[in-house]
Amino acid sequence: MSAKDRRLAELRGSIPEIDPIDAAALQARGAVLIDVREPDEIAAGSPVGAERIVRGFLELKVENAVPDPKTTVLCLCAGGVRSLFAAEGLRTLGYEDVRSVRGGFNRWKTDQLPIEVPARLDDDARERFSRHMLMPEVGEKGQLRLLESKVLCIGAGGLGSPVALYLAAAGVGTIGIVDDDVVDRSNLQRQIVHTDARVGESKVSSARETLTALWPKANVVGFETRLTSDNVDEIFGQGWDVVVDGSDNFPTRYLVNDACVKHAIPNVHGSIFRFEGQATVFWPTRPAADGQRGPCYRCLYAEPPPPELAPSCAEAGVLGVLPGVIGLLEAVETVKIVLGIGKPLVGRLLTYDALEQRFTELQLEPDPGCAYCAPGKPFPGYVDYVQACAAPAAVAAATS
Amino acid sequence: MSTATIRIPTPLRSFTGGADEVTVGADTVRGALDALGERHDGLIPRILTETGEARPFVNIYLGSKNVKTLDGLATTIADGDVVSIIPAVAGGRS
Ligand SMILES: [Zn+2]
Repeated sequence: MSAKDRRLAELRGSIPEIDPIDAAALQARGAVLIDVREPDEIAAGSPVGAERIVRGFLELKVENAVPDPKTTVLCLCAGGVRSLFAAEGLRTLGYEDVRSVRGGFNRWKTDQLPIEVPARLDDDARERFSRHMLMPEVGEKGQLRLLESKVLCIGAGGLGSPVALYLAAAGVGTIGIVDDDVVDRSNLQRQIVHTDARVGESKVSSARETLTALWPKANVVGFETRLTSDNVDEIFGQGWDVVVDGSDNFPTRYLVNDACVKHAIPNVHGSIFRFEGQATVFWPTRPAADGQRGPCYRCLYAEPPPPELAPSCAEAGVLGVLPGVIGLLEAVETVKIVLGIGKPLVGRLLTYDALEQRFTELQLEPDPGCAYCAPGKPFPGYVDYVQACAAPAAVAAATS
Repeated sequence: MSTATIRIPTPLRSFTGGADEVTVGADTVRGALDALGERHDGLIPRILTETGEARPFVNIYLGSKNVKTLDGLATTIADGDVVSIIPAVAGGRS
């Protein structure tokens, strides 16, 4: 008997083996199946829902996938041999119930158990997103989630510029942009996704140029239109995971809110005025398992201000750097929501005062009587508010 | 009577001569706003309706809590409390 055969006989004596069909049943009840084969083997298929950790890195990486040593772990390779060694390694590490799948993936396939061809990062993505991959909170799985995610940005202006730029950099695969405007030279003080050479060009196409220059594979879906009650359902109904509101007027903000409530999409909200900004996440349909439901925009402000009481838009002015601060808070929240990590800014309003360099957190409560987001109410329909922006003269009179 | 600080949001600072904070003496949030209004003409109609309720596009906070979730404008204040006026702000795209 060769040394290898002797060793295998020893392992078969100490590591319990399990048939693929029973392994699949255990997996369905919470056991973790680890496919320890090499990436080129896995590329051709792997059991559905398996963790995939190559044998050579198994001991180093297993704790991220299986934090609790009491979890039942099932090791699988191609034929059921390497998985014996893998199982022994995990046992030595302290995992109490480790089994080896008899016959490995070959039997798994013959027994017609469910397999999938796992999505994989290509070489470019592997290099580009390597700093994400190093963090267990993101890793390859998280990066794949970002690549598959779809985020709709309302506006490619002060807020939308840093949001879209960083989302593309982070690898958000599909970025929608709604904007009917063209680039003006006075935009460039803060709208960093545009360039001087593109003054006069549509903001959507200008933004697309910058985003794809940063990451050629970014899929930028443009909507060169103004959001109205007529087109909002068509635009919002395209499977977006998150909507980021970077609009500049009340009619659009209320449409965005109402459509996000209707389509159950988290609404990452930011707004700016001169030296001050606010950010929060409106997500009243957030799954209850994740915590208490948050408010929507209407829970806070049921109606927009009438024109005579709204601050003038054109005259307001804004510190050019400010939308960068608020936009990046929105981008951070967006990435967290896509990855499902951390504590989203739900039920909390973060206000920022650039002059004081001060952040303040205020608690937001859902309004149980909210006409839009209170549970069990029929959707009341969209409202096309008239742009509630005071004429400069009226503001001058009101503020003098 | 307690001494409280009222934080004035940027859109309303034209009414306070640019001041971002005003310190007042009062027992309740409503009292604090009254004191603010006595000192700065024209400001209160931007915050409260004619009947003295907060306008639907303005929220008033005591510390980190919306006074709606406390006793409304009748909420009592203590020395050192911070009252914040948070109006809806639309800006972002332009
Ligand atoms: Zn609501």
